[in-house]
Amino acid sequence: MSLLSGVGERLREGLRRSQEFLAAGLGAVLASERPIDDALWEELEELLIAADLGAALAADFANRAREEVMFGTVTRAAELRPLFRRFLLDALAPAAQPLDLDHRPAVVLMLGVNGSGKTTTCAKLAAQLRAGGKSVLLAAADTFRAAAIEQLQRWGERIGVEVVHQAAGSDPAAVVFDAVKAAAARSLDVLIVDTAGRLHTKSNLMDELAKLRRVIARQLPGAPHEALMVLDATTGQNGFAQARVFHEAIALTGVCLTKLDGTARGGIVVRIVRELTLPIKLIGVGERLEDLQAFDPAAFVDALVPAG
Amino acid sequence: MLDNLSTRLQTIFDRLGGRGRLTEENVQEALREVRVALLEADVNFKVVRTFVERVLARAVGQDVLKSLTPAQQVVKVVHDELVELLGGSGHRLAPAPHPPTVIMLIGLQGSGKTTTAAKLARHYTTQGQHPILAAADTYRPAAQDQLQTLGAELGVPVVGAPGEAPLAICRRAREEAAARGLTPLILDTAGRLHIDEPMLEELRAIRREVAPHHVLLVVDAMTGQDAVNVAERFNRAVGIDAVVLTKLDGDARGGAALSVRSVTGRPIAFVGTGEKTDALEPFHPDRLASRILGMGDVLSLVERAQASVDQEQAEALVRKLREDAFTLEDFRAQLRQVRQMGPLDQLLGMLPFGRALRGAPQELTAESADLDRFDAIIASMTPGERRHPDTINGSRRQRIARGSGTSVQDVNRLLKQHAQLRKMMKQLKGMEGKLPRMKGLPGFPTPRG
Repeated sequence: MSLLSGVGERLREGLRRSQEFLAAGLGAVLASERPIDDALWEELEELLIAADLGAALAADFANRAREEVMFGTVTRAAELRPLFRRFLLDALAPAAQPLDLDHRPAVVLMLGVNGSGKTTTCAKLAAQLRAGGKSVLLAAADTFRAAAIEQLQRWGERIGVEVVHQAAGSDPAAVVFDAVKAAAARSLDVLIVDTAGRLHTKSNLMDELAKLRRVIARQLPGAPHEALMVLDATTGQNGFAQARVFHEAIALTGVCLTKLDGTARGGIVVRIVRELTLPIKLIGVGERLEDLQAFDPAAFVDALVPAG
Repeated sequence: MLDNLSTRLQTIFDRLGGRGRLTEENVQEALREVRVALLEADVNFKVVRTFVERVLARAVGQDVLKSLTPAQQVVKVVHDELVELLGGSGHRLAPAPHPPTVIMLIGLQGSGKTTTAAKLARHYTTQGQHPILAAADTYRPAAQDQLQTLGAELGVPVVGAPGEAPLAICRRAREEAAARGLTPLILDTAGRLHIDEPMLEELRAIRREVAPHHVLLVVDAMTGQDAVNVAERFNRAVGIDAVVLTKLDGDARGGAALSVRSVTGRPIAFVGTGEKTDALEPFHPDRLASRILGMGDVLSLVERAQASVDQEQAEALVRKLREDAFTLEDFRAQLRQVRQMGPLDQLLGMLPFGRALRGAPQELTAESADLDRFDAIIASMTPGERRHPDTINGSRRQRIARGSGTSVQDVNRLLKQHAQLRKMMKQLKGMEGKLPRMKGLPGFPTPRG
């Protein structure tokens, strides 16, 4: 199964464990005979917060649900479940957008905080695109972290993709410059740039990122075609701050949500999608190369809040 | 670090403090806001519930409401409960009776184990010990290279070659540590999910065979509600003794810190506050609680000053901070010293009310590039100009800009910041009178509570 062929089982499997928690909780909270009272609202709010949806979003949903109860359209606790699914689906539906790789070369800039999974995601994406018959080049622009270049090189060897690199500690802009030049000269399909992890609060590192973007754009007008923020699904409310600041600094084209195979619910993306209107371009649901997939809102909501 | 949480809590308590008398309803209302603030800081919802209940019981139960300063009393209760929540008086890793002391790091992928391993090695090196590292992450490509590189930088030996099994690496490292008299031995293991049974079994095997004295769970400070899940499962599956909280130099609100200890009962031993290997600090629950409530963390500030400048200079720094007479020459000397201590905004965050001050002069959160420029600008001034910045007129500014390769705007900015800093010092000085004094550092403000 590839990135282009949709999702289905793997996502559900990956999200099964988080689903269990939320499903078990929702099952108890939204038992059909339960009266809709203050205790129920409170428990529901806590469940949503436990899914990292955030207190504001939880309150927002509760308010909307309360209105329905007031108007009499919802009378039983069990009816809140489809209402919640609808609410999530409405929020997430616009977020499903494919990668824009319709350029030659298409340049994908991968960025994010430390440890979010950038290098692995670069490798998985490269492997899938290659399997789909595309010519791919990787650029090791994380010249800061010890052995980050070697990490990408090992991946390159494993998946049969060439990696443009320089010595550790060199200027990442120079690496990117070379890589764009090489990709254009050889008229390759896709160039994927792995950048150093950086906390969004370090303004000098954000400037460096903006410079990388400028270097790419100067050489290849219109590029980078994708600037993806890699976000660890275990991230809490801080994930929103990350997305906002990265977006302000270099205009993201989307988010790549990784590590959905744990028990984390990735609920923070709902807030990112709603408030920043950023699409989710990729999700990672496991360690295998094919576990990087396109985002399917229906499957995501199904996994998060099963129809019951 | 923890900005949003402490700002929000301060706002809530400021409002509470604005009232002369407090009713139970006032306190309840404030605590409702505290609840939301904690939840948005990713504190686990169960932990929040317990916390709020405890504070409420203590705040309305005691004679708090009848006291002369009820709002301060409520803040004190919150402070005490925060300290309690964060783990009392802090946790030190005790050395083993028979060296080597073995420290094992475990955690999810990307939580920062390898970096933490190197930071720990450096921490013990600076304490005069001779640590040794074991690179037992054989899964992530080039993870061993990463630790080898870091070890070489620190002059710390690293055991572990490609093709060797994790358990074998750990065993060999332990033998080597004993043979060469090196301690502590720090085991870096591969990142894994807390629900990945085969991978957890590998950790249990290492734990059984190598018998580490301290198993540390490495947790990313940006983790959300799942942090508690992760910690609980690792604790149950492998057993953990303490926690290292990483990436606290961002604006993560550290809710994980508040939750993990409360749920697992395991204390936080260290926090990581930067990418470089020296950015690891022992964790002090009381200081963090003070910081969260905006009472400042002067002790950490003084410690940092001591670590980066010698005692005499540290005292001079404290003196300069208090003095109003503050020339550009002093400014430059301070910039140089302060730079060794860490980012300016981090330092300001440690001062009582530093947060409030920090909001006003935006430019003060200067980055290193700015500091370099300032250094050059001041170097291009005459000694007279440095002592009397008021004499620097338009044509002097142009000369200075030319001489330092900067622009007149840069010079203006420097002069403005210097003026702002002087103003801030005055404010700080004004506040000192209202606060009790700290032993050893006369006149320096100290956290209440």
